[in-house]
Amino acid sequence: MSGQRKRIAECFHRLQAEGKTALITFVTAGDPDLDTSEQLMYELVEAGADILELGVPFSDPMADGPVIQQANERALAHNVSLANVMELVARFRTQDQQTPVVLMGYLNPIERMGYEEFASAAQNAGVDGVLTVDMPVEESGNYRATLSKVGLDTVFLVAPTSGPDRSQMIADASSGFLYYVSVKGVTGGIKADFSQVRETVEGLKALGGAPVGVGFGISSPEDAAIVAAFSDAVVVGSAIIKQLESAPGQAGIRAAADLVGQLRTAMDAAVGV
Amino acid sequence: MLKQQQNSKAGSLPDEAGHFGDFGGKFVAETLMQPLRELEEAYAACKADPEFQQILNADLQHYVGRPSPLYLAERLTQQVGGAAIYLKREDLNHTGAHKINNTVGQALVAARMGKKRIIAETGAGQHGVATATVAARLGLECVVYMGSEDIQRQSLNVYRMRLLGATVVSVESGSKTLKDAMNEAMRDWVANVDNTFYIIGTVAGPHPYPMMVRDFQIVIGEESRQQMLKQHGGLPDSVVACVGGGSNAIGMFHAFLEDQQVEIFGVEAGGDGVDTGRHAAPLCAGRPGVLHGNRTYLMQDDNGQIIETHSISAGLDYPGVGPEHSWLKESGRVGYVNITDDQAMAAFHQLTLTEGIMPALESSHAMAYGVELAASMSADQAVLICLSGRGDKDVHTVAALQGIEV
Ligand SMILES: Cc1ncc(COP(=O)(O)O)c(C=O)c1O
Repeated sequence: MSGQRKRIAECFHRLQAEGKTALITFVTAGDPDLDTSEQLMYELVEAGADILELGVPFSDPMADGPVIQQANERALAHNVSLANVMELVARFRTQDQQTPVVLMGYLNPIERMGYEEFASAAQNAGVDGVLTVDMPVEESGNYRATLSKVGLDTVFLVAPTSGPDRSQMIADASSGFLYYVSVKGVTGGIKADFSQVRETVEGLKALGGAPVGVGFGISSPEDAAIVAAFSDAVVVGSAIIKQLESAPGQAGIRAAADLVGQLRTAMDAAVGV
Repeated sequence: MLKQQQNSKAGSLPDEAGHFGDFGGKFVAETLMQPLRELEEAYAACKADPEFQQILNADLQHYVGRPSPLYLAERLTQQVGGAAIYLKREDLNHTGAHKINNTVGQALVAARMGKKRIIAETGAGQHGVATATVAARLGLECVVYMGSEDIQRQSLNVYRMRLLGATVVSVESGSKTLKDAMNEAMRDWVANVDNTFYIIGTVAGPHPYPMMVRDFQIVIGEESRQQMLKQHGGLPDSVVACVGGGSNAIGMFHAFLEDQQVEIFGVEAGGDGVDTGRHAAPLCAGRPGVLHGNRTYLMQDDNGQIIETHSISAGLDYPGVGPEHSWLKESGRVGYVNITDDQAMAAFHQLTLTEGIMPALESSHAMAYGVELAASMSADQAVLICLSGRGDKDVHTVAALQGIEV
């Protein structure tokens, strides 16, 4: 829809003016239930998250390690659907009109709903961007056209295996931000080699595309600080979910928010703000 | 001459990007896109290399035991009282199923690519055994992912894999069957892509797998066609194969696709019956979607979640199907039908008692439909059934159904 706010771009502009690196948090929607997710979204923002990534539960999360797999299973235990996730975003939007929300998930639920219907529902709910893990640029023509028509950003992944030609193609197709997967592997796995990551991210930033975020291999405030120094955004997921599941109810939410607070502090210190 | 013609037709699909019409493609996380490209290039080079083809053919002959016989099941034909029933004896291959045709081929590609570690997923364990076998022969490390439910059902094959030096990893996620084993193998591949070759066991997965696995299985139909011409004096009127992921079926069907007078049937697992919802028949009762790297018919709910499947045969217990089958369904060239657990069991006993051939439970689905078809046909007609594997691995399951512990 024309005239829609580009919350992701606004967010990066504001942070750039403040000299900050964006902190993007990932949690699976509906883990362990939708009310918890809604409260968690406010708490994560309060603790210093700039952009919220919401995982859309899927039965076969092929690119995820055990932590996020189990988060998916907990959400699916009570049938949290793509439609439910958009209802969650709509509820969040009644309280928060500023923080960008990106849906991250797998293609099949979107295929089932249909690209057109998905795009308009997401736009109405107040979703800002979509990252579909198993949708490579080559297959994405129709998907990108449909989503961008309603003003949704399409975030794509770049991997250590991508090489220069693919990286350029992906940078050209990405909007909102470009997501560099800093390890060869699934989410929540091994730690990235940050000097290698730095070199690649600097190359990606020179491609002239959207801001570059880094994720998959970042779990501690120390990691986040290192990466914040050279990237536009840091994405943390499994580590936050681990905190969330470390204790039931409010204590889990508290633990997750505490980690996000520590990530924020460490990142801001690293860039000198 | 004939062979060459068929090859060029078989090669016309998929397109460059791996599409069979609306189906197929490459739907994987970015990390795997470049490795898939490398695999495509390596495989194309192998395919074009006469020396590779020569080594492959020699392996198929001396190691696998090809050509596999075409057998006229005379007593069964008499008992059924219709068309002549011919069985393509893939059960007589080394390791007992058609799966080895593909693993021998992919292992040669892996060796050419310099990969030192092989991974695979398995359901019934036949593909796992066939992979562990070729890995042992080439001295490669081998890790096989298998759902914990299947490990229970197919303990004999688990032990065979271990004897062959493979590590069998029990997969506890999701439904704990073949689809979850495939997820886990993909996760391993993403993490170890530099030194690891993933041998997918059926015509599913991202491009180029559906094409490559098909090419390695096409030998089934090519041999069958020539054997039918020689032994029967003509083409079969109908061709039947069971469809899990669809590799034995696509391998059997390809040589007959251009023969419009030949009816072709793929038999899915009807489980407790397609109307009960407890089955594994995506082509009969599923809808198109995206799973495991390709667009194809899937068993899924209204939210796009993959649903649990049920079949008495572990090798058919998969919610998806190779994309080329989805295309053959839509094009109308192949008819897809299903056979229930009970019908498959009856066919298992029937073939065992009339011919002294114990079929795999997967193949028993093809037998059940083929026999039904033969009964409706006349004595001057012929049905060709792909007997994709032998039933030794299923003896425990059959015994348990009869309340017997062996
Ligand atoms: C004997 C046999 N037949 C058939 C199948 C099903 O696989 P596909 O449909 O790929 O031939 C299997 C799988 O394990 C098998 O072991």
